[in-house]
Amino acid sequence: MVGRSDEASALVIRSAVRFVDSRSGAAPFLRKALRYVFPDHWSFLLGEVALYSFLVLVVTGVFLTLFFEPSLEQTVYHGSYGPLRGAEVSEAYRSVVDISFDVRAGLLIRQTHHWAANVFVAAIVLHLLRVFFTGAFRKPREVTYLVGLLMLFTVLPEGYLGYSMVDDLLSGMGLAIGYAVAQSVPFVGANLALLLWGAPYPGDTSFMSRMFIAHVLIFPVVIGALLGLHLTLVASRHHTQFRRRGHQSERRVLGLPTLPGYAPRSLGLLFAVAAVLFLLGGLVQINPIWQWGPYHIGDGTNGAQPDWYLGWLIGALRLVPDFDVTIGSYTLVPNPFWGGALFPLVVLIVLAVYPWVERRRTGDRENHNVLDRPRDAPGRTAFGAGFLAWVLVVFFAGSMDRAEVAFGLSYELQVWVYRVLTVVAPVVVYFLVKRVCRGLQKSEQIEREQEAAEAEARAARV
Amino acid sequence: MRRASRLLGLLVLWLVGVRRKSRDEEAEAERIVETAPAAPRAELLVVALLLGAAACAAAFIVFYAIDDLPSHTQLLGLALGLCFAFLAATFIVASRRLVPIEEIEEDYPEEHLPDQEELQQVVGESGTRITRKRLLAAAAGTAGGAVALAALTPALSLGPALDVDPLYRTPWRRGRRLVDRDGRPLRAADVESATFYTAYPEGASTDTVGAPLVVVRIPAGELALPADRRDWAVDGIVAYSKICTHAGCAVSLYRKPTFPPVQPRPALVCPCHYSTFDPARAGRVLFGPAGRALPQLPLMLDRRDGLRAAGNFSGPVGPSWWGVRMKRARS
Repeated sequence: MVGRSDEASALVIRSAVRFVDSRSGAAPFLRKALRYVFPDHWSFLLGEVALYSFLVLVVTGVFLTLFFEPSLEQTVYHGSYGPLRGAEVSEAYRSVVDISFDVRAGLLIRQTHHWAANVFVAAIVLHLLRVFFTGAFRKPREVTYLVGLLMLFTVLPEGYLGYSMVDDLLSGMGLAIGYAVAQSVPFVGANLALLLWGAPYPGDTSFMSRMFIAHVLIFPVVIGALLGLHLTLVASRHHTQFRRRGHQSERRVLGLPTLPGYAPRSLGLLFAVAAVLFLLGGLVQINPIWQWGPYHIGDGTNGAQPDWYLGWLIGALRLVPDFDVTIGSYTLVPNPFWGGALFPLVVLIVLAVYPWVERRRTGDRENHNVLDRPRDAPGRTAFGAGFLAWVLVVFFAGSMDRAEVAFGLSYELQVWVYRVLTVVAPVVVYFLVKRVCRGLQKSEQIEREQEAAEAEARAARV
Repeated sequence: MRRASRLLGLLVLWLVGVRRKSRDEEAEAERIVETAPAAPRAELLVVALLLGAAACAAAFIVFYAIDDLPSHTQLLGLALGLCFAFLAATFIVASRRLVPIEEIEEDYPEEHLPDQEELQQVVGESGTRITRKRLLAAAAGTAGGAVALAALTPALSLGPALDVDPLYRTPWRRGRRLVDRDGRPLRAADVESATFYTAYPEGASTDTVGAPLVVVRIPAGELALPADRRDWAVDGIVAYSKICTHAGCAVSLYRKPTFPPVQPRPALVCPCHYSTFDPARAGRVLFGPAGRALPQLPLMLDRRDGLRAAGNFSGPVGPSWWGVRMKRARS
């Protein structure tokens, strides 16, 4: 017996499908899309977490845009936060304090937006690590990898612009550093900085509207375009997968289809990400700008820290010794260039060219749909771990001032320790990881041989 | 009309959902999706989770509407967060228990060799009529470059890219009075040792890179300025630009010697990257990444014991750029 409801739902489905196909001709595409194969592994979800954080960022960001005032015009604060009343602040700062105290649900949305930015970058970085250490970037997916990498390096300044627009004390200090880094570029730095900022910083109010349009339009559009390209490329080459016994994994992709298996699971992840972000936004305070106060160039505060994803840059800026490279009275390389510009540039370039370097080194020009386990490619894993150790050491160097306050460690001693570590740690980690990989490979081989021997013995007995 | 009402009736029936019988036993050769037994308990669980999400969403609206609720943000976040958590649980249960779980496989895409060949042919053959390929390419390159340059030129309107003169300018000149943020003059007698003061030029904006100063008093005998700056201090009081020469933050920490044998002299420290400057020795860098000393401002006293600038800084203020050592600061 088939219930009447089945007939009814069949009718609804049929008319919906007919409507869509007759108006768009999308049936062949949709048929494939609904049965697109998603191989199953927890680490494949990291990219999705990033995607869904971006979604939350866009939605909360649109709300904030409607209340934010991108202006450095000075005004006197008269809102409902008592301690700031009467303070001379910019319209931008005033509007963000108003969002926090006088717009209903404003603080929730603002904090969720900020948390989402932090989670977004974290998910991208973890996704990058997964892709790197499993060799997912190999042919035919080098371009997909490159687009993702570009996205990361677009997201970093996007986040920086986001918290710099607020014009609180911390964001002003961050902008001063950004300006100094721009000014430190050899030969053209001063010109570049004056061009971008419109005048020596601080001073010109036009920079706020530039930041605003960059943060709410230019960068999001670029990120959206790269995201679209990234996903299109992923789908066109299909997902990579780990090897499964008794399956031709290199030739055929095996996993859950979009419908019925994968779509509800992914929707579950979307809502889980949203749940975590809104719970963080509601319950865990982030960037309480009313405590930092408005920015004036003569003011500063100890313990100034950027959002986590710029920690490696503050660390790099802190570790460089005290010199400018000069030729006579010409300053060839002002100091902030090393840590603020060259260091991230080197990281970007190394990551960008790595797929081709590895191809060159191994002479491997084959297609790879099956992922390596990290131990399967000791050279890559060791290099990646060493490189990661280098960046991480610099990242943790960014927290030296907090470590001094929290643990009473001498700042100057820490600087020297970290300077040594940036040289030693990558080398040590490289050789250590290589050894571990080789050891794991060897023990697996021994196991395999034992199994084979036992099987043989059993066969002989029979 | 009748068709519409029939459709509506079917829709209502579909929504209310007469409990289905599993169609497992029916042999349907043309099925695409695998079959799986019904899971009525999971269905009830999903219904409960959906109702939970609805309740949390309703709570969000109620919390939103009540204005004078304590912990407004927390309650709103809790309601919305739990609403999404219920939805997440709904879909996760649904994906595991309500839909058939099946693995399918598919070939990885291959390269399209015939299409590639055809493409090569079309592109190659399209150009066979051209004889002077290199000349044409050079001309096209020239045009492309010129057009790109022309397209980028308007970007110069953004700022004074070619004129770096503003970077040398500061509001200080001989005779200008040192005042605090509120405009009160700074007198020499007000300046105590073992702490620092922030001063600004009287009658000028406080929000430019050349404006803020740190003023400190160095105990007699510890001051060691170079010969050409002997008269830049007044009663052991010295003034420097407050803007760090490394990355432009305000130098806003003053490190007093907590244990004089190890830390013999006080130091000015920038909180951003901990560049450390020696106020007793012309702002020289003691530690940290700064590549230049803090620019010093010569001081003098007026008749009412007020501190005034005796000139402009010893060098340009703020972070370094290619020309920072070429010229002095100007008013």
